[in-house]
Amino acid sequence: MPVTERDGVKVWRRRDRRSQFSIWLGWFFGTLLFVQAWRLVSEHTIWDFALDAPVQAWDLMVRMVPPRWSYIDSLWRPMWDTLNIATLGTLLSIAIAFPIAFLAARNTTPGLVFVRPAALLMIVSSRSINSLIWALLLVTVVGPGVLAGIIAIALRSIGFIGKLLYEAIEETDRVQVEAITATGASRPQQLTYGVLPQIMPAFAGISVYRWDINIRESTVLGLVGAGGIGLQLNASVSRLAWNEVTVIFIVIFVTVIVSEWVSAKVRHAII
Amino acid sequence: MSTAAAASRSWRPPPFIANPWLRRGMWLGVLAYLALAIGSLEINWVRVAEGLERGWRFISAFARPNFTGRWGEISAGILESLAMTVTATAIGVALAVPVGLGAARNLAPLPVYLFCRGLIALSRTFQEVIIAILFVKMFGFGPLAGMVTLVVGTIGFNAKLLAEDIESADPAAMEAIRATGGSWGQLITYGVQPQVMPRFTGLAAYRLDINFRESSVIGIVGAGGIGSTLNTAFDRYEFETAAAILLVIIVIVMMAEYSSGHIRRRFQ
Repeated sequence: MPVTERDGVKVWRRRDRRSQFSIWLGWFFGTLLFVQAWRLVSEHTIWDFALDAPVQAWDLMVRMVPPRWSYIDSLWRPMWDTLNIATLGTLLSIAIAFPIAFLAARNTTPGLVFVRPAALLMIVSSRSINSLIWALLLVTVVGPGVLAGIIAIALRSIGFIGKLLYEAIEETDRVQVEAITATGASRPQQLTYGVLPQIMPAFAGISVYRWDINIRESTVLGLVGAGGIGLQLNASVSRLAWNEVTVIFIVIFVTVIVSEWVSAKVRHAII
Repeated sequence: MSTAAAASRSWRPPPFIANPWLRRGMWLGVLAYLALAIGSLEINWVRVAEGLERGWRFISAFARPNFTGRWGEISAGILESLAMTVTATAIGVALAVPVGLGAARNLAPLPVYLFCRGLIALSRTFQEVIIAILFVKMFGFGPLAGMVTLVVGTIGFNAKLLAEDIESADPAAMEAIRATGGSWGQLITYGVQPQVMPRFTGLAAYRLDINFRESSVIGIVGAGGIGSTLNTAFDRYEFETAAAILLVIIVIVMMAEYSSGHIRRRFQ
């Protein structure tokens, strides 16, 4: 207890001098870092453009309202494409991530020395690259269109599903697996009857959750040419047709809300 | 024992969905959707086949990434991304505190609660890139637009989780402060803050990590950072440079993830 005596009176403090000083030092360097970072941002900003932001915002409002509702008729097909990108991409990623998760989990991996690090590396590299960057890359490889979007979503989701799933596998109860092993079951049987039933709810929950995120992500893939409603968004923004952009925003908003609701319902039903 | 008797005693695990009609109906629905969805894909297989060679070139570019060719642009982009990340996280986390307090049902009156929850829902629904498009239009091209975008995302994320934490905090501690006649400010400082602070600090560190990831993409729509450099590299088919940029991003993300995990473990 950091208590000091001053003029014969005991004074209580929350921290001793040493930790007080290190906290002060943390704030000091944090502030220094922030100021430096802010200076860099400020140097790279054209302040004349930034300062008239309120005027620009008002201008944007005026142009966005009223929305051009008739435009919605040409959005059904892109929206269907967006849903397909998210759903098929999620299915593809599940198919790939499921075995990878078993290879990465400490208690089911066939090899700790080589296989597990390789699986973890796959998970990490998939996770650190955003789906939009994957899309950028795939558009140059397979050409613009829905296929690039599906693969981009799948590649990004492998890491997400793989990571959460292998953590779920590592948390499974060993006793149940041992009970199955005691009956003389083979290795695949141990996995199907011992591990799989334990991770099934988590797996379904993770997949639906990722699907919900993917809906949101697939709305922007079109900006780099990977299909879906983003293509329309890009076209309307470059034509400065902001009243069409409003309609697109509303469609995206409704879709995301609905998918979030569906995903919450499904997860609630499972868990 | 005959084989027929053995077969009749064989056991199957119970199906995931108990109701057989619901189960079959769902399978039917899934199959119908898949048929429709895959049928409506328009894939240009000739183009895909042509692109495979290019894909291979990209993968092999990872074996010999070119860091030096455009190092000036890469380092400037990375620095800008990092600066955006730091400022946006600091400002966003600071702003998330009042919004989070307002969005906690046990602290805020109903109108404030609804306003703050609406703010959070709005910022969470739209993808960062879409928000970035609007801010680029308002603030002009450059890192400021990106920073504001990340601030909005940070507020949505941290305020929501803070509000949930406050709502599930132990009411006894708050009750005790109220019983001593403490003001609202004292209630927050002594009743709520000690309970939610460790997790809040951890989530702020986690958000730093997310913000860096996001800052590497919003450059694609002109909001500053490494994203624009990456976009240019792909446009010029400079796969070696693109591979170098991606490797730098992966290394920084891994470092950020490791250190944010470390911070979270320390504070929780």
